[in-house]
Amino acid sequence: MNKKDYIKYSKSHAPSSPFHKNFILAFLCGGTICTIGQCFFELYTFIGIEEKNVKMLVSSTLVILSCVMTAIGIYDKIAKHCGAGTLVPITGFANAMMSPVMDYKSEGVITGAAAKMFIIAGPVIVYGVISSMIYGLIYYVSTLNII
Amino acid sequence: MMYLKAFLIGGLICAFAQILIDHTKLTPARILVGYVCGGVILSGFGIYEKLVDFAGCGATVPLTGFGHCLAVSVAESINESGFIGILSGPLTGAAVGLGTAIFFGFILALLFNSKPL
Repeated sequence: MNKKDYIKYSKSHAPSSPFHKNFILAFLCGGTICTIGQCFFELYTFIGIEEKNVKMLVSSTLVILSCVMTAIGIYDKIAKHCGAGTLVPITGFANAMMSPVMDYKSEGVITGAAAKMFIIAGPVIVYGVISSMIYGLIYYVSTLNII
Repeated sequence: MMYLKAFLIGGLICAFAQILIDHTKLTPARILVGYVCGGVILSGFGIYEKLVDFAGCGATVPLTGFGHCLAVSVAESINESGFIGILSGPLTGAAVGLGTAIFFGFILALLFNSKPL
């Protein structure tokens, strides 16, 4: 059996991923989290907080909710079914920072828990900061009016 | 109406990531990095700002919104303090979400034990 045939053979025997189910669950779950965020947005605006602070408060609220749900073990149960629906919102970012801390805290509070905190969130922060600095550099040059 | 827009746009952003997970060899970590960089680039071209105006939290809650938040704060810092704003801007934008996640995540993770699924 040559390489091409083998790939064909292995593909025909691999379990087909339930495309529609995963897609719909991710859509519903992600949409729901964003709608909850929008509810908090309207609530904070209604109380009379400034718009700039409202955006920050919404992300803090969602992060705290996600941390509490991760702590009592609900978030990971939802994540098992919803995939990207729980991964992509900011709640998933908080969950990704918190889960390694819970898993590695037996190895010590400093070299275990704290060091492993950024094992998933680290790359996101590093690339986010670098790409926005490049954007900042371009923006700075464009404000100089030399071109 | 805003709730419906947030639901649709937020859902679509997440569902697109699910397609990438299921049908490409990209790992979730790579997709998250791609989303943040994508958010920064789209903000740079001024496209993401329009999406935020249209869908509110549907655009700001996903990780692309985190990238947007970084880009906006870089621009603000540069307007305020010039060149040094390039260095201070990104983490200023990330400060609230990241600070909350570090504080509450760490404290709660030390207090609770992980449960088997």
